[in-house]
Amino acid sequence: MAADRETASISALHRSFQISALPRRSVVNTFGFAKRFPLGFVSAVILATVVIMAILAPAVAPEDPNEVVLSERKLDPTGSHLLGTDYQGRDIFSRLIYGGRVSLEIAVLAVLLGTTLGAVWGVASAFIGGRFDIISQRFLEVFMAFPALILAMVLVVGIGAGVWTVTIAIAVTRLPFGVRVIRAVAISVKEMTYVESARAIGASDLRIMIHHVGPQCVASYIVLATAHLGVVIVIEASLGFLGVGIAPPTATWGNMLGGAVANVLIPHWPLVVFPGVAITLVVLAFNFLGDAIRDALDPKLRGR
Amino acid sequence: MKGYIARRLLYAIPTLIGVSIIIFIALRVIPGDPVSIMFGTQAVNIRPEDRAKIEAELGLSDPLIVQYGNWLKDIGTGKLGNSFRRADTVLDLIKARGPLTVEIAVISMLLSWLIGLPVGVISALKQNSLIDYCSRVFTIFFLSIPSFWLASLIILGMLLQWGYGPPIGIINLWEDPIRNIQLIWGPSVVLGLAVSAYIARMTRSTLLEVIHEDYIRTARAKGLRERLVIVRHALRNTLLPIVTLSGVLFGFLLGGTVVVEQAFNVPGLGKAMIEAFIELDYMVIQNLVLLYGAAFVAINLLIDISYAWLDPRIRYG
Repeated sequence: MAADRETASISALHRSFQISALPRRSVVNTFGFAKRFPLGFVSAVILATVVIMAILAPAVAPEDPNEVVLSERKLDPTGSHLLGTDYQGRDIFSRLIYGGRVSLEIAVLAVLLGTTLGAVWGVASAFIGGRFDIISQRFLEVFMAFPALILAMVLVVGIGAGVWTVTIAIAVTRLPFGVRVIRAVAISVKEMTYVESARAIGASDLRIMIHHVGPQCVASYIVLATAHLGVVIVIEASLGFLGVGIAPPTATWGNMLGGAVANVLIPHWPLVVFPGVAITLVVLAFNFLGDAIRDALDPKLRGR
Repeated sequence: MKGYIARRLLYAIPTLIGVSIIIFIALRVIPGDPVSIMFGTQAVNIRPEDRAKIEAELGLSDPLIVQYGNWLKDIGTGKLGNSFRRADTVLDLIKARGPLTVEIAVISMLLSWLIGLPVGVISALKQNSLIDYCSRVFTIFFLSIPSFWLASLIILGMLLQWGYGPPIGIINLWEDPIRNIQLIWGPSVVLGLAVSAYIARMTRSTLLEVIHEDYIRTARAKGLRERLVIVRHALRNTLLPIVTLSGVLFGFLLGGTVVVEQAFNVPGLGKAMIEAFIELDYMVIQNLVLLYGAAFVAINLLIDISYAWLDPRIRYG
């Protein structure tokens, strides 16, 4: 009974992520998507712009992000420095572009890594069941007992702060979500009659997992991943802000903000304002896009 | 019910042991060593025999399993071991700095309910109205804005506008209530707003779902006043997922205290944890993280127990 209740409460939480099938049309048809979800579409355009700027950083950034010009410290935004300069006279705009590169790379990789591993684990857990399922649930509970940010901090300090280690640390915090959501979907799909008939004609477990259950989890996977991108950006930025993430001089949005307020009496305002604007804009866009994708994949949830 | 609580408490023990093992292993594979960080740039000048002596004093030269055992012993005595950097035990540190963090956590959780619940309810009842639209924008905005940025903006604004900064130091509520409030209002409000956004969103979506159920139609059909329909029938069934979410959000809030305490320079446990991470004060880190984990597990246990009260159908076997 308690187990029933637990799954009930979990599914209440994750219901919005559990989408049974992937309707082909709404995903492929960009124009239709733009018309039905204008906010989501605008968000996608903003994100695409930010991503392209990040990828083309060396071509787009007006200056070398790490070039120290001591005569141009703490400048306000002007024509030559669009967003001003920081305490070392480095161009804030250029540092934001390069910082976005690091922040976005970590976020995307961490979500892909964590959610994918989680999804595979979830399907396996649903299928193998029995002791494997129980042990992996207990194991994940241990990870879920850590607040995400603190778990990431412990892991980053433990394995050292580099792009890959921060990515892995953040991915670990996403893993349990992937397992729980996809496991729940896989368990419900597993009981469907077409899976039974596949089994009846002698398909192996592995074949059923990959060909019959896996595809049914894709929609949930996509929704889960987009929903978590925003969260992950904030976790990465928080690590940078707290001074345990990627270390300066490499710019990330988080460590720019952290550096702006640490050890100064009155912070230089552009250095406080603009990195935050960048983070908030991207996270907002991910959230709007996530909602739109969820609605597109499951019209039942529209407007909820 | 008693049996259920006892079983859940028993379940919590292996979870917390797991947490302690993960922290312990993560800290012990750290590349930097605490002794070098302790002496900063002078670290290269420490003689090897002195280094060995310091490491022995800190208990770092024992085999890992012995170190872990010693930690468990320290937890057993309740003193939680000695900080590497300070004279006091970790227990003293928690006693001195814990109240601030508890205050922040409690106030922001209360705020989040006080703001989030009404916003979510009104938004759902007036679906697709201007109010609904505004509250959804509010919600998604506070879901997205990182709390440390909001905190930094508030501090910067206050500094530039009034030249005002929050008081500095540990000020307890019972010693100087006014300055204590000045110290903690910032972190509490910033965190409370962030959490309230999640609560409002969940409230809205759940209430919208519940309100289309048959029993709501029945309640209306039998002529019940709309207020009673909402409060007694709809809201009550909306609460369950919100309470569940609050448990999850409590973890978010615990992590959040670390960030906002750092941003507002409030010397609570979160700031103590950051300091310990930067100084590699293993003893402080491992105990504080374990404490946060234990608090999280305890809150979620309480929440599971509270289900029985919220939903009489639930019986614990």
